Amino acid sequence: MINIALPKGRLGEKVYAMFEAAGYDCPSIKENNRKLIFENAEKGLRYFWVKPSDVSIYVERGAADIGVAGKDILLEYEPEIYELLDLGIGKCRMAVAAKKDFRDNGERTLKVATKFANIARQYYARLGRDMDIIKLNGSIELAPILGLSDVIVDIVETGTTLKENDLEVKETVVPISARLIVNKTAFKFKTAQIERIVRDMKEQVKTDD
Amino acid sequence: MIDETLLKNDERAIYALRTLYKQYGYMPFKMSKFEEYDLYVRNKDFLISDRIITFNDTNGKLMALKPDVTLSIIKNGEDTPGYKQKVYYNENVYRVSGSTHQYKEIMQTGLECIGAIDLYDIFEAVSLAASSLALISDEFILDVSHLGVLSALLTESCEDEGFCRAAASCIAEKNAHDLARICAEYGVDADKTARLCAFIGIYGDMTTVIARLETLCVSAAARASLYELRGLCDLLAATPYADRIHLDFSIVNDMNYYNGIVFKGFLSGICEGVLAGGQYDKLMRKMGRTSGAVGFALYLDLLEDLQGTPRAYDVDTLVLYDGATPPTALAAHVRELTAAGKSVSAQRAVPQSLRYREILDLREGK
Repeated sequence: MINIALPKGRLGEKVYAMFEAAGYDCPSIKENNRKLIFENAEKGLRYFWVKPSDVSIYVERGAADIGVAGKDILLEYEPEIYELLDLGIGKCRMAVAAKKDFRDNGERTLKVATKFANIARQYYARLGRDMDIIKLNGSIELAPILGLSDVIVDIVETGTTLKENDLEVKETVVPISARLIVNKTAFKFKTAQIERIVRDMKEQVKTDD
Repeated sequence: MIDETLLKNDERAIYALRTLYKQYGYMPFKMSKFEEYDLYVRNKDFLISDRIITFNDTNGKLMALKPDVTLSIIKNGEDTPGYKQKVYYNENVYRVSGSTHQYKEIMQTGLECIGAIDLYDIFEAVSLAASSLALISDEFILDVSHLGVLSALLTESCEDEGFCRAAASCIAEKNAHDLARICAEYGVDADKTARLCAFIGIYGDMTTVIARLETLCVSAAARASLYELRGLCDLLAATPYADRIHLDFSIVNDMNYYNGIVFKGFLSGICEGVLAGGQYDKLMRKMGRTSGAVGFALYLDLLEDLQGTPRAYDVDTLVLYDGATPPTALAAHVRELTAAGKSVSAQRAVPQSLRYREILDLREGK
């Protein structure tokens, strides 16, 4: 049996569609009920939906053999997993944004508001820039508008929210997309099954392109 | 006589492993729980976690609760030409757990072979690592890698330190897509990029992997390391666990400390590696020693996750008594039951959470 953790939401639905198209369907997942786990015993598959930021925890701790998580989550939490495939969906970027008229002249400590403290810390460490992290859990765009921070480090998809709030992208930190991840021990003991799934999913990535 | 069914997985393992290591001439190495903090500051990248519990000794010296055993063993030994110090240990270490981010007492057992080591010593360590895993579970995999092969393939692609670090991190994740992106960023040509990406996909049984490496290892440095790896594989092929030993280059230990052969052990049912080891001649140099070393550690605390058959009962017989029960009669009943091999809990009332097979009620009027 292969346990697969899918991220709840629109991205998860797209990911399941890829699994289904690759031959790893589980019809019960489409039933309208409150079940948490969906099984296709014949194909030896078990799917479950989890909060997107928890997928890597389920995989790292072996509750799921396979999972799909955004690169943002993987960079932030640095789980001990194998990252076997870039699914090419959920594409966006981690970026530094600020008010349009903001210029970082490097004279003082940069105040950075973000949900992704680890990614932000590593990015500015590479640049050798002194900074102060302000860890927020939502509505990050508010921080520079209200003077809480100079810049934000956050995920940018279309940039519409930034534009509407008179903010703009200053730097791209890293491109983001959904990645197929695998538990290390599961990979050792279920190698052939996992390799087959990865190979079949890879074909879906090409089809999507 | 020891009833093995009562032993926990880690207790059973300690007993079996001690016998195994003594059989190969490894001597017990007992050490203090404390070490001068300075030792760890100088070698903090070698440690799994650099957060250490410290305290001031009575003379004001900053001390640490040991986060690691290997450094202490190296520090306390000395180089004697031709001589090899072979020791095993069973110690608690104190470090921050990767999963809970809190300090944890971790029971660790392992062995070190320090001195004029050669191919046989490396083979012996890898083979004992496999035997150690086999003593705990039939379902194990020991992954073996050679850092020389990895290092040669990386540096012949691009000598930039930043590239080597980023590429090694992708190899540790078996992440070919980001590796290709990094190669493009650093201007690595298409042939070398393809070779590195192919390298990520190479793992499995020793014979197949060695055959595939023959085509990938073209430089003199890579071929020299491959020659060493092949020599080790030839020896391991004759062991009873040859089919459980795989080659996998995603084991990327810190190349400032480790060199040559490195390995990692996995047990089915435990979500992370339970055994880690390798050759650490570079650490020896950093600590002023001229000889080589190889060793491994087994993290016994992780064995708790191994599924055993759950016991249906806590005790066989619950003996109930009260103030009217003569103590001599109670003692005689308990003696009789335990002599018959039963476990007994003598109580004045039925404990809420106790699961028992039968009750012997000695209370007044029963």
